[in-house]
Amino acid sequence: MAEQIRKDDEPQDATPNVSDVEVVEAHSATEAVAAIEAPVERGEPILQVRNLVKHFPLTMGILFKKQVGAVKAVDGVSFDLYQGETLGIVGESGCGKSTVAKLLMNLEKATAGEIFYKGQDISKLSGRALKAVRRNIQMVFQDPYTSLNPRMTVGDIIGEPFDIHPEVAPKGDRRRKVQELLDVVGLNPEYINRYPHQFSGGQRQRIGIARGLALNPEIIICDEPVSALDVSVQAQVINLMERLQDEFNLSYIFIAHDLSIVRHISDRVGVMYLGRMAEIGTDEQIYDHPTHPYTQALLSAVPVPDPEAREGRERIILTGDVPSPANPPSGCSFRTRCWKAEDKCAQETPLLAIPEPFRGSDSEAAHESACHFAEERDVVHAA
Amino acid sequence: MTIIEEAAPVPAPREGEDAPLLEVRDLHVEFVTREGVVRAVNGVDYNVHAGETLAVLGESGSGKSVTAQAIMGILDMPPARIPQGEILFQGQDMLKMSAEERRRIRGRRIAMIFQDALSSLNPVLSVGYQLGEMFRVHHGMSKKDARVKSIELMDRVKIPAAAARVDDYAHQFSGGMRQRIMIAMALALEPDLIIADEPTTALDVTVQAQVMDLLAELQREYNMGLILITHDLGVVADVADKIAVMYAGRIVERAPVHDLYKRPAHPYTRGLLDSIPRLDQKGQELYAIKGLPPNLLRVPSGCAFNPRCEKAEDVCRTQLPELLQVTERDGTELTGRSSACHFWKETIHG
Repeated sequence: MAEQIRKDDEPQDATPNVSDVEVVEAHSATEAVAAIEAPVERGEPILQVRNLVKHFPLTMGILFKKQVGAVKAVDGVSFDLYQGETLGIVGESGCGKSTVAKLLMNLEKATAGEIFYKGQDISKLSGRALKAVRRNIQMVFQDPYTSLNPRMTVGDIIGEPFDIHPEVAPKGDRRRKVQELLDVVGLNPEYINRYPHQFSGGQRQRIGIARGLALNPEIIICDEPVSALDVSVQAQVINLMERLQDEFNLSYIFIAHDLSIVRHISDRVGVMYLGRMAEIGTDEQIYDHPTHPYTQALLSAVPVPDPEAREGRERIILTGDVPSPANPPSGCSFRTRCWKAEDKCAQETPLLAIPEPFRGSDSEAAHESACHFAEERDVVHAA
Repeated sequence: MTIIEEAAPVPAPREGEDAPLLEVRDLHVEFVTREGVVRAVNGVDYNVHAGETLAVLGESGSGKSVTAQAIMGILDMPPARIPQGEILFQGQDMLKMSAEERRRIRGRRIAMIFQDALSSLNPVLSVGYQLGEMFRVHHGMSKKDARVKSIELMDRVKIPAAAARVDDYAHQFSGGMRQRIMIAMALALEPDLIIADEPTTALDVTVQAQVMDLLAELQREYNMGLILITHDLGVVADVADKIAVMYAGRIVERAPVHDLYKRPAHPYTRGLLDSIPRLDQKGQELYAIKGLPPNLLRVPSGCAFNPRCEKAEDVCRTQLPELLQVTERDGTELTGRSSACHFWKETIHG
């Protein structure tokens, strides 16, 4: 199997030029039609996640550990990722979005479910086969201060992936490759011998991105890549990521809690709550036509940097906190904080599907939403 | 979300327009380090009236928190020193007071809420004990009475089942609840002024909205002054009456909240506003302020923002712009507005 993958990989190094053209076209189209059809036109998904589950066991006892329960960090998540698109995943802390990232990277073993990369289930791979797949899926971490080894030079950090995958860059070529990467992310190639502490937060995040790009991956998973940065630097890094996406035809999974940034960068957005996907759709469907009460509450709580807009905007203030994932409520997990909750919500778990009233309609509200009483409500725009 | 809307248009009652609760005048704070003297705050002026919310906006290293710590009197000196400036609280210069006099103001008259509630609370004492400490130390209350007061306070900040949770420890509360306890602690002695340093940065948006609402509600009820230190332009738009934007230890712009967002008078403010993506529409490429915030050991000469500014000319590199009154085209003064830019006219009038 590993052999096969490597053969698959070979031509990919050359493909960026060809696929570049496609992306440019796709993008001019997206700008015009605001990305609605984009995922449909992109054909086969590059990554398919099906019913992904991760339960962390809770144990008691010291010598004879007995499992007494489980933290249901991810509890049945499904989504697709298409070539060249950005899928944003939003949710509050503890909703399982970072665990999804770790599962996709195979840094955690999934309890159940499948992750198909180009049709192949990668969630159960190990050893050489896993190594080969990982080349194509890379990660950029949140904290640029702790995700770079302080004792390694920038050249060593960015060049380290080449030690693991020597086929990408022959030994003698590495220095040049690293300098090229530094240039691509907007850092001076002469900085190759410097250490991470000599850089600012934004520059460090660029180093992290350069490391992620080193192996020419197809998918980059970004876990809160800009949340540790200052506002003025955030915009620089976001613009860089968008430029790189066009240039290398990358697919991003962009995990963040900042809903404005997610809207800016994403083609499609998934909203997670307590380990499940509450609603998923294009950015316009989610932000302008949300149907799940949780999405509506989340969006309405975002402070908008416009004092005039605040007066006309509807705000839903949720009461209470997110319940513990070790003991989630029965039925719909959002029901304890939901103003629409009825008996049905406690008994039946709503499935992620296009809600009944919108089925067959071509309105923007017709997208997948896991609520028994899904209803469209605009909370983002001033009335 | 009707509460804030009602209050926003009508400024809260003030005891005489010209008697601010707190006035900071030409404050300078330096840190002596091995590499040299870091000028963290370089002549900051601002004031807050009772019932008013001043937002101090700035990126990391802009001096916004150091100013607050100087007001609170919790700077470590050395390495910090205050070579110049006045901090007038109800007309009295706190910098000239003895340590004992300041101690009596701190907590009782001016209280502070920090960003990270988990590290600000003592992990080995129950929250009830820590809340009660305020009453025991400042009012000499008995343990029993202090405990009753603690429960009352926890009720006040809407912690469910306060009586049952009073003996819990900080780690047993969620982030939002911990921040409520911090607010309760700040409110305990009914201070005149609260300084909140990034009070909701560590919280999720839905919880952030709850906490900000609570803070605004309590502020109105007690008619307190509030200094809100933050980097989040969204939070500021929601709650502030007026804003001071800081950059490299100086205030670069001052304005009432509506004016600042509508017509910024400093290129840095404009750049910040342009660089945040919008929630209600899909934007094109983001505007990005080029470069990085300056190293405070080597602040650029002239206007500190000049290397990053698109409009910078020779005068910006040599001459430090003063914080001057901003006027309309016809010369009428815009109340409460000032800008430290040589070209503020071009910036505001386009």
